[in-house]
Amino acid sequence: MSLRITRRRVLTGGTALGMGLLTGCDGRASDAPIQRLFDFGQFLSLHGQRLLLSAQPLVREYSPADISPDFPPNGTEMPDGEDYFRMATSEFASWRLVIDGLVRNRLSLSLGEFKKLPARTQITMHSCDEGWSAIGQWKGVQLSHVLRMAGLMPQARYLVFHCLDQMDDGEFYYESIDLFDAFHPQTILAYGMNGHDLPVAHGAPLRLRVERQIGYKHAKYIARIEAVEKLERFGLGRGGYWPDRGYQWYAGL
Amino acid sequence: MAANRALDLEAFAAGKTAQAQREVIDRHSVIVRATHWINALCLTLLLMSGLRILAAHPALYWGNYGYYGVPSWISISDTFDDVTAREIGVTRVGDYSFDTTGILGVGYNSDGRPVVRAFPRWMTLGAGLGIARDWHFFLAWAFVINGTVYLLAGFLSGHFRRDLAPSTGELRAQHILRDLLDHLRLRHGRGEAAKRYNVLQKLAYLTVVFVLLPVMVVSGLTMSPAVTAAFPFLFDVFGGRQSARTIHFIAANLLLIFVLVHVIEVLLSGAFNLMRSMITGRYAVGPEEPA
Ligand code: HEM
Repeated sequence: MSLRITRRRVLTGGTALGMGLLTGCDGRASDAPIQRLFDFGQFLSLHGQRLLLSAQPLVREYSPADISPDFPPNGTEMPDGEDYFRMATSEFASWRLVIDGLVRNRLSLSLGEFKKLPARTQITMHSCDEGWSAIGQWKGVQLSHVLRMAGLMPQARYLVFHCLDQMDDGEFYYESIDLFDAFHPQTILAYGMNGHDLPVAHGAPLRLRVERQIGYKHAKYIARIEAVEKLERFGLGRGGYWPDRGYQWYAGL
Repeated sequence: MAANRALDLEAFAAGKTAQAQREVIDRHSVIVRATHWINALCLTLLLMSGLRILAAHPALYWGNYGYYGVPSWISISDTFDDVTAREIGVTRVGDYSFDTTGILGVGYNSDGRPVVRAFPRWMTLGAGLGIARDWHFFLAWAFVINGTVYLLAGFLSGHFRRDLAPSTGELRAQHILRDLLDHLRLRHGRGEAAKRYNVLQKLAYLTVVFVLLPVMVVSGLTMSPAVTAAFPFLFDVFGGRQSARTIHFIAANLLLIFVLVHVIEVLLSGAFNLMRSMITGRYAVGPEEPA
């Protein structure tokens, strides 16, 4: 699991990784012994919650009247660069969603093609790690549907979401989830929000909704989904932009 | 507790009455002692890391959603004061705002320059939100496992029934009132009475163990989207995710008040003896009346 990866990475990653994490926004030294306790805590949270969720229950869905008057965007609100700007001003005509990696059929879908796939609409609560929460309506395609179209190979264990937004340090945002969350019925790739096209501030043209986890897992501005066996080779090896910077990969709480 | 260990045999042989003896008893079982101190450590660090998490969004709401823009019932913020031309920290409770510069909202760093931050650095654990969450969740597991050991042992050994459950006599208004007056006059039980918890002490411990701490755990779990996926009714129990967050905060404050009173009581009622009893188990009981 990612926990094993984490430790191995920490042991072999050497100074560059150590320094990178030390100077990260958290000031965290990831090879500190205390990290083993934190990893153990994450291990208990992941497996404890997976036990509770083994029947794959749905999160509560709300009625339109419950939608919060506002929905604060978090993280990137407008990706840098001319490429994205040109895409956004031409209704994402040149955008394509690529699904590759450990799949039998590599997919490349335009937004129009994507929107023709069977849609799911859900009104759910978004919980940020900072503590706030908001309720919104999302329309999109179940990730499981797209994955069946692409045909996952048996070695595939994680899906990595590659995003179009660059963070302050120049790294592109990325996130990852495992198959347990990927095949949950409410895990969707959303292109609509509150009855409109997904706004740029919320990740246009496509973002992830992974309803049983905290906000930073819900990758925005998705351009590519890669099915992989291990997360080690991405970023600093912890499975996501924020996980690389000291946040837990599993964010069920 | 209160298992007689050793009467002072010498004094006994000298023919003094039993009441005049200094008697040493086993006051606390090893499980109560160990879990008590692990719990105290966990709760202290949970409070500190919790404050660091709260600092990421220091405003509390009621209901399911809450973010800047939704009315909060309590918040910590900073604002530029035109009159004094400096940044001030503002803590607001309902309609009342207080200037809390130096403590909440705006503090000073080591070279005396003002910095915007909800809580003083010494109050918090974790340099950033990510590491504070690491601490908080690890400690929460430690606290829950430790608490489970304490609860199981307490029920199985009869400790709760024997030492914490008040008798019907103790629950009479008259008895409680007298106990309250004794507390206010700082009069502490002697002799036989000192071997047992008094009724206010029992009620305080029972409230902490069976109300406040469980509320802490369950309101905390209600903030987890994975837990509420499994148990959506938790939203109804607390009135929404933000309400659960508010209740988590209030329960933490009540616990803090308990601990303050608890520590003061220990200091006032023979700190050395009581602390020794909570560390080694041994507790000395003096004579019924002062000599
Ligand atoms: C941090 C949170 C704390 C909590 C929740 C807490 C709670 C409790 C509880 C429930 C008991 C009764 C245990 C039983 O018989 O099952 C107890 C006893 C005791 N606690 Fe604490 N405690 C805390 C911190 C402290 C601290 C910081 C001190 C140090 C001054 C302390 C000193 C004691 C002592 C000496 C006793 C035994 C009292 C007696 O024998 O009459 N506690 N505590």
